Amino acid sequence: MPERVISIERKWSWKRFFLQWEWLLVLIFIVVNIVNSSLSPYYLSLSTFLTAPMSFLDIAFLVLPMTFVIILGNIDISVGSTVALSAVVMAVSFNAGLPMPLAVLLCLAVATTCGLLNGVLMVAFKELSSVIITLATMIIYRGVAYVILQDQASGKFPKWYSTFGWGNVAGIPVIIIVFAICALIFGLVLHMTSFGRKIYGMGNNLIASRYSGIKTNSIVIIVFTVTGLMAGFTALFLSSRMGSTRPNVAQGYELTAIAMTVLGGVSTSGGKGRLIGPVLAVFIIGFLTYGLGLVNIPAQVLLIITGLLLVVSVLVLNVRFGSRHQRPVVARAQPAQKGERPDE
Amino acid sequence: MSDTKPAIADTKRVSRSTERFREVGLLAFIVVICVLVQIRNHNFLTLTNIQDLLANTAILGILAVGMMMVILTRGIDLSIGATIALSGMVSALTVKAIPTMPPIVSILEGMLVGLAVGAIIGVTVARFNVLPIIATLGFMNVFRGLTYLISGGAWVSSYQMSAGFQRIATGSIFGVGNLIIIAVVIYVGYAYFIRHTKTGRQIYAVGSNPEAADVSGLPRKRIVWLVYAVMGTLAGLAGVLWVAKFASAQSDTATGYELSVIAATVLGGVSISGGSGTVSGLILGTILLGILNNALPLINVSPFAQQFIQGVVILAAVLTNVLVKRNSQRIALRKRAI
Repeated sequence: MPERVISIERKWSWKRFFLQWEWLLVLIFIVVNIVNSSLSPYYLSLSTFLTAPMSFLDIAFLVLPMTFVIILGNIDISVGSTVALSAVVMAVSFNAGLPMPLAVLLCLAVATTCGLLNGVLMVAFKELSSVIITLATMIIYRGVAYVILQDQASGKFPKWYSTFGWGNVAGIPVIIIVFAICALIFGLVLHMTSFGRKIYGMGNNLIASRYSGIKTNSIVIIVFTVTGLMAGFTALFLSSRMGSTRPNVAQGYELTAIAMTVLGGVSTSGGKGRLIGPVLAVFIIGFLTYGLGLVNIPAQVLLIITGLLLVVSVLVLNVRFGSRHQRPVVARAQPAQKGERPDE
Repeated sequence: MSDTKPAIADTKRVSRSTERFREVGLLAFIVVICVLVQIRNHNFLTLTNIQDLLANTAILGILAVGMMMVILTRGIDLSIGATIALSGMVSALTVKAIPTMPPIVSILEGMLVGLAVGAIIGVTVARFNVLPIIATLGFMNVFRGLTYLISGGAWVSSYQMSAGFQRIATGSIFGVGNLIIIAVVIYVGYAYFIRHTKTGRQIYAVGSNPEAADVSGLPRKRIVWLVYAVMGTLAGLAGVLWVAKFASAQSDTATGYELSVIAATVLGGVSISGGSGTVSGLILGTILLGILNNALPLINVSPFAQQFIQGVVILAAVLTNVLVKRNSQRIALRKRAI
């Protein structure tokens, strides 16, 4: 007798394939580029697509782990402050005589520690939502940065350091290569490993995940620690591009990163979304900024567009795709058996 | 997670005693800080400084009222900084154009702008089920951008504002500053509203259990909408007060101020998971944050260390709160076992 197999995969259909959120993002991306090239005749060229990302990709390193955090059903608003703190520590320690490679490592170490602290607090105080914990650490991290550097700027990095932000390898900017590698790793981990599946599971039902033997605590700590590490990457590229750093850099980065992640179709209630969406969203917003900059449209208009895009995209997801998302994968089960507890 | 029925009475008693303990603890903390600061600097507990302190805290307090209602329904509002800037800018621009405008009209105008803003957010959250943090994040960008657009990036400075307009915030009645009077009136009205009116109690009900609220026939969506509309109106009022107080309207007014307001609310013991929080706690939380802002410069703490200290105090207060709650729950469990 063969075992009874419950199929949890729906049949392939072209209709469903093209009704995915990511295709809409691709469409928006194409529209943005058409608009941009109609605004400026010099826009449509390979060099644009290679140089433009230099100006916005540093924030993308925050979007990758933020996707993990949001799929977990949490949120991390301390990343911007982590960027500032680690960049400040790096600049100050370099100017105090530490060799630059060590300062870079120190930057990553500080950022990772910040993330680890968030994760440990999250696990130790489960009653508190991640908003509150990371709100408090956000104020503290930025506060430490201000204590260290006060209102000054610090920089004077060695020449080679600027290649992080501005350099090329075989014509391709360093930042694009590093981001591609990171995105690939994050994508593989999220979609191809059991670790990734556990993250989705925890986002869908934390208690059920814990009862099925998933080490939920360590996963939360790992995800927040990695978020810290990636904030360190952002700090490296940002300070390399700017050439100096101040305690107030990366202000509001956390909100932009969250906006991009949500625009990418990751549900803030956890457990839904794919990594490709937020990556597309990064490029949509990035090229939009770049294109509007070409024709001197003030950045404030962009602020409005980003905000509306965020709200409208979630609205459309809720209204248009709402019922689609909620439709059960298998045919609706019989009503709960006698003696069986309904879930939650 | 959820309690079984016999435990409910117990938990209720425990939560009430925890609440009282927290407020007494907060009060004790405030007293300790006041005494320590007073020892270092004798100008702290003088009538003028206390009045300064209260006047500076009034705007924070007004906003905390709205934020408490929003958080009671399990929401959060990140857009209020932008709303403050928008309503402040609109009222300042009108005053610049029509210098003879009576101050009360300016206030109403700002509140109207805030109401419109809050109503839009409320519809998005209540009707279209967009998560509050996302909706308010999006509209924060929109309204901040709008502020830049209508002002063209320029400031409205004090010489462009009529004296009457500035007196909204700087004037006083019987020696008590207008800001303090406005805040007290709002708090008294709010305390009555949230504790003794039907709608006020429904806000708690919606926050502590939305499904149960639906099942019991409460107009949940309307209440959620109302909460954001009121928050917007209060932010609009705060915008006018802010601009009148600092005598300058800028596009980046109050950037990030929403986080201070949320911090004050949470410090006051309003639970971010909704449905619990008291007015007295809110007042204590707001005053504690106000004292930190006012006292640290008085005892020569470097202005750059202030943010760090505030963050540590907020984290410590929130964590202590959890520990106390855990402890009292453990005691209650032990009592039940015997």
